[in-house]
Amino acid sequence: MNKWLDDDGLEKDIVISSRVRLARNIEGMKLPQQIDEEDGVDVVDMVKHAVLKDDNYKTYNIKDLTEVEKRLFVENHLISPDMLKKPNISSFLLREDEKVTIMINEEDHIRIQSLFSGLNLDESFKICNDVDDLIEDTLDYSFDEKFGYMTSCPTNTGTGLRASVMVHLPCLVITGNINGILQAVTQLGLAVRGLYGEGTGSLGNMFQISNQVTLGETEGEIISKLKGIVTQIIARERQSRKLLLNTKRIVTEDKIYRSLGTLQNARILSSKEATNLLSDVRMGVAMGILEEIDINVIDNLIIDIQPANINKNYDEELGSINRDIKRAEMLRDKLKK
Amino acid sequence: MICENCGKKPSTFHMTEIINGKSKEINLCEDCASKSEEFSMNPSFAIQNLLAGLLDIPNEQEIKPDYIEDISCESCGTTYEEFKRKGKFGCSKCYDSFREKLEPLLKKIHGHDTHIGKIPKRTGGMIKIKKDINSLKSKLKVAVVNEEFEEAAVLRDEIKKLQNEIANS
Repeated sequence: MNKWLDDDGLEKDIVISSRVRLARNIEGMKLPQQIDEEDGVDVVDMVKHAVLKDDNYKTYNIKDLTEVEKRLFVENHLISPDMLKKPNISSFLLREDEKVTIMINEEDHIRIQSLFSGLNLDESFKICNDVDDLIEDTLDYSFDEKFGYMTSCPTNTGTGLRASVMVHLPCLVITGNINGILQAVTQLGLAVRGLYGEGTGSLGNMFQISNQVTLGETEGEIISKLKGIVTQIIARERQSRKLLLNTKRIVTEDKIYRSLGTLQNARILSSKEATNLLSDVRMGVAMGILEEIDINVIDNLIIDIQPANINKNYDEELGSINRDIKRAEMLRDKLKK
Repeated sequence: MICENCGKKPSTFHMTEIINGKSKEINLCEDCASKSEEFSMNPSFAIQNLLAGLLDIPNEQEIKPDYIEDISCESCGTTYEEFKRKGKFGCSKCYDSFREKLEPLLKKIHGHDTHIGKIPKRTGGMIKIKKDINSLKSKLKVAVVNEEFEEAAVLRDEIKKLQNEIANS
């Protein structure tokens, strides 16, 4: 189970998760790509000291983790892959409920991330903002009167805020409306990424939508703009779902039940195939066709079928074919009739 | 399909990145994919490669060749050339060192060059005081030029008071 997914978020039939992160740097210290090891370790201590007034956090040093553990944290979206690039100086603090991670010496000295199930950008931002205030009580941030918060990369300068929403849009993909919508979204200054994408669609029909502009807009404006656009996309996906139920119900049901049948019976499943099948089942649950399955079970499975998650219960690293067998075993078990 | 990297094994990892409507396909076998940075979980496209393209676009002003070659950050030693190549600053002082180039760059990325969001509470308070001091100083200058010495004395006291606040904090 993934703790941060536990809650019943809003718009769960379409929105899988919401994430906000703030990038901050400590005045007077070189940035992570220039910093030497000694100062890098100092940065970790400074941030730990500033945060550990709040004792709900546990500290992890990247260099103390095994390969599988590192990949697990990445697959579970608790840290970013960039976190692993400078293991000697990188650490992170994880809040007990896994909804907040404070990454130290990733691209910036400090990256505060908050992750929520469903559409919950406001709460996610509020938490990041509170943690930000807590750290700023003790540490001086690099802040420029004109440019705002100074970050390693100019694409984050200003607010240092990146908000993103992961949406599941199977019916917009089926009806072929997805490309037009995604194009419009990028024209509005947002970025769209297919999650583990393939072809013109995206693996599992999941897309991540995030703000690109971090300078010249307030935090509130950035969040409400993203929320506004995501809300529109949700409405369009709902329309497509209704349309499919009204005009192609049997075809849609057939697709969903075939996918469920494969998940319940297959003996070998790659993560790609399993993700696509889970997407169909998720669609079936969200459309009310499969009433006996809980959508949170599916969202957990989408993470739990990733390679490091499959591997975590075994002492040695499994080859890809053995992983595919174990993955099919787990899916059969979780989706038993 | 065969792996694009080694050309030997069948490709099992496929990715398309669509950024601003442009797509790029990558097909690799498992071995090559596990070595590829692009196939790490977050397919963060190397944005710094694009940033270099935004710098030094010959528009507003002519580019002075000596600037590109010679300027470096006096605090951390990052050269402008290095910043351009990596798209990353070495320290916060780089913002001052490359300020002349930075404003147009930020404008190209964000459409704006001035922050209007959150200001840190403690250090941000200072920024407000500094801004106040600057405006009092310019008022003082005007008062001196106009020979309004009483007014000037009041302003000087106010400036001193604020400067003490900074010194004491």
